[in-house]
Amino acid sequence: MSGSDGPAAMTASRRSILKAGAALGGGLLLGLELFLPAPARAATASVLNLFVTIGPDGIVTITSKNPEIGQGIKTSLPMLVAEELDVAWSDVRVEEVPLDQRYGSQFAGGSFAMSLNWEPLRRMGAAARAMLVGTAAERWGVPVGECSTISGQVRHDPTGRTIGYGALADAASRRPVPDPDTLKLKDPADYSIIGQPLAGVDNPAIVTGKPLFGIDVSVPGMLYAVFEKCPVFGGKVISANIDEIAGMPGVQHAFILAGGDDPQGVVSGVAIVADRLWRANAARAKLKVIWDEGPYAEQNSASFSDEEHALSAKDAERVIRKDGDVEAALADAAYTVMDARYAYPFLAHASLEPQNCTAHYMDGAVQIWAPTQNPGSGRAIVAKTLGIAPEKVSVRMTRCGGGFGRRLQNDYMAEAALISRMTGTAIKLVWSRTDDFQHDFYRPAGFHRFSGGVDADGRLVAWKMRFTTFRRANGDIVPWGDFVADEYPARLVPNLLADMSTIELGAPTGALRGPSSNALSFVINGFCDELAHAAGRDPVDFALTLLGNPRVLPISPGPRGAGLFPDSPSYDTGRMRAVVEGVAERSDWRKRPKGGASGDVRTGYGFAYYWSHMGYFAEVAQVDVTRTGAVKVRKIWAVADVGSTIVNPSGAYQQCQGAMIEGMGQALGLEVPIRNGRAQTTNFHAYPLPRIGDTPEIDLHFLRTPHPPTGLGEPALPPVIPAIVNAIFDATGKRIRQLPVKPRDLALT
Amino acid sequence: MGAFSILVNGTRRTVDADEDTPLLWVLRDDLDLKGAKYGCGMGLCGACTVHLDDQPTRSCVTPLSAVGDARITTIEAIGQVDAGKRLQEAWLALDVPQCGYCQAGQIMTAAALIRDNPKPSDTEIDAAMNGNLCRCATYTRIRRAIKKACGLPYSRDS
Repeated sequence: MSGSDGPAAMTASRRSILKAGAALGGGLLLGLELFLPAPARAATASVLNLFVTIGPDGIVTITSKNPEIGQGIKTSLPMLVAEELDVAWSDVRVEEVPLDQRYGSQFAGGSFAMSLNWEPLRRMGAAARAMLVGTAAERWGVPVGECSTISGQVRHDPTGRTIGYGALADAASRRPVPDPDTLKLKDPADYSIIGQPLAGVDNPAIVTGKPLFGIDVSVPGMLYAVFEKCPVFGGKVISANIDEIAGMPGVQHAFILAGGDDPQGVVSGVAIVADRLWRANAARAKLKVIWDEGPYAEQNSASFSDEEHALSAKDAERVIRKDGDVEAALADAAYTVMDARYAYPFLAHASLEPQNCTAHYMDGAVQIWAPTQNPGSGRAIVAKTLGIAPEKVSVRMTRCGGGFGRRLQNDYMAEAALISRMTGTAIKLVWSRTDDFQHDFYRPAGFHRFSGGVDADGRLVAWKMRFTTFRRANGDIVPWGDFVADEYPARLVPNLLADMSTIELGAPTGALRGPSSNALSFVINGFCDELAHAAGRDPVDFALTLLGNPRVLPISPGPRGAGLFPDSPSYDTGRMRAVVEGVAERSDWRKRPKGGASGDVRTGYGFAYYWSHMGYFAEVAQVDVTRTGAVKVRKIWAVADVGSTIVNPSGAYQQCQGAMIEGMGQALGLEVPIRNGRAQTTNFHAYPLPRIGDTPEIDLHFLRTPHPPTGLGEPALPPVIPAIVNAIFDATGKRIRQLPVKPRDLALT
Repeated sequence: MGAFSILVNGTRRTVDADEDTPLLWVLRDDLDLKGAKYGCGMGLCGACTVHLDDQPTRSCVTPLSAVGDARITTIEAIGQVDAGKRLQEAWLALDVPQCGYCQAGQIMTAAALIRDNPKPSDTEIDAAMNGNLCRCATYTRIRRAIKKACGLPYSRDS
């Protein structure tokens, strides 16, 4: 990769004007004229719109606008365009573009991309197709209505004449943009690309080791930077042996950055810039910093647990939701479970590519190359950090070596930009693995105390929950530490009380794949399983009774009513019932062997279900527990409903398999303990992510329902954690209320 | 700094670097071979795996001074070896990568495995590959692709 082809380098001479962009793009491209930078390799290619360029040879270049973090978006979004353009996938090339508002949303988060782009990107393909058809009809002097397309060719149906897109593209690019209302999208029965399992477009480069990732970026003359921050969150540099460091081999610059208080920007630390990364790190090993560790140097995970115990005896700080009379209902219930205390730890993202960024500040503007999930917010934080206008910040997204939500924050981008300006040179900042673990935006820990009641018919009649979460010094709930009023099983239980209290926290927090859901699914499904057992009900039957008749639950009024995302639709109990029944059938749930010991191994089955990111998932796990308490997940069954269409089944299976294995890792071993104000985890030896030998068999099935397709990056993850925990209960009789599972708690004495 | 002569992918290269520089950074930053990846710096994740005299080696903890006359093979050249080529083809056919960051290391480890053991069992695959972390957890397909490259039957997505 090399340097100067940011948005500023686009050539106006090859512009295509798609004035109907607003209508074509829905809200995405509102009011924008659409200009496309000419792909460098296709000097004779014709630009039909922002997303479609066609060469005289018929090769089609389709724009990839969203960050690729391993979720497959660089393949699946261009598939939408190609389908409606009606070309052979083998004739498609995909080209990544920089951050540019004309492309509409450009981020990887919330499993949003497919639902946001499903309609507008198909229309982009259809618009280009209409321009090609119109050109051919004019050339032949026939009505457009007599023409069709097939795999990169326009065909005149009455005569059978055909002409390739390559021969039409130049003239087509000068035609007026079609009225969006005249665009007819394909009947899904005619799809030839959507629904096919297609391999990732970068795979050939990946398997041969070509540079693709942020850490692979190389800019002529660049230096290498490392940046040491206080291991205690919020700590600041008092002094450092800068003179000694500046004299070490290869070191070109060493300096203290005062930084600010916002962990999303640059915080206090010491930058070392050298001619080699290794030399910057060797110098860093000799760095001695005296830190002011700040107000959080005494914080510990264990003390949070003690604080929760104390808070639970007091009134809640805030009532989240109150329906009916929960105390009376608990008193009247046939079966109850009281004061079940659930807890889960802080988690790191641990993307395998550590945070890094290449920046080149020059003449009041900065060019950024970064693995980021959210380049728009990156541009904003860089502009704020440097005190320059956002237009002076150009961002090129590289392929990301994993994201999982970590790269929604762009702190490393701000650091690189500032260090480049301070040194007056292009620099590549590379974090160490320890930097990455110790300066994450962690999945917040949390505590939930439940009491629940079930009537004689197996109906959940009382649900009481105290949530203890974290707040900032200013009183704000920490990011992703909040709780929404419609959280399951609200709206299905007549008597419900959910309230919350908070503990002040120094550590930054953020979204981790399936944010909130990855924790809440565990506690909610775990406690439902407890209630089902207390009431002598099968957990699947208990769930079906709770879900009741198929209906759409109304969203509660108020900002805290709806789901985690503003456009989340209501919860459809019918769709959830179908996946619950589906997974029970596929796993032979009702004929499963009774859990318990068989020789030295205890085997069990567990069930859970959860709705997140608009996807409905129900899962069953089969586990073995050894004498020493080691848990081996043998098999996971999952049935999912994400709408009518699985755009790329190959990627879809991958996302779900990966999410379920990730969830398994969270259940069985992952945590970031905080001690003396700092994350204790420093490398993978202390963060046991699943390995190949841990991988269970996975049986995954998608229901096809008449709803628009929604994303798959996340929703397979949340149910697997409680499915495993509930299976451990089935196998051992031991209820897991705290993650991660500790083998010593399950060992036979 | 000193001049070191090392044999990389069949070509003798001279690099001017500190002797304690890990081979990983010499490959990446001095020789512009970006395929081997930095993941942990402690030999814990396998993303940096290359071959030294055909043995999978963690280049992030292998100092330049320890390389000596060993033949270094990286992902950029593994396709010139039969096992490597078959693995790359299987990786493409089965769409193994998600983010792709670990996959060079996975293929390098797998190439040594199937050269020494042309028909590995599941257990043998797991044992050989357990040191290579895939944060996206593409393990199901890694297993399949190794089997496919060996001409063994493999499972499909249900």
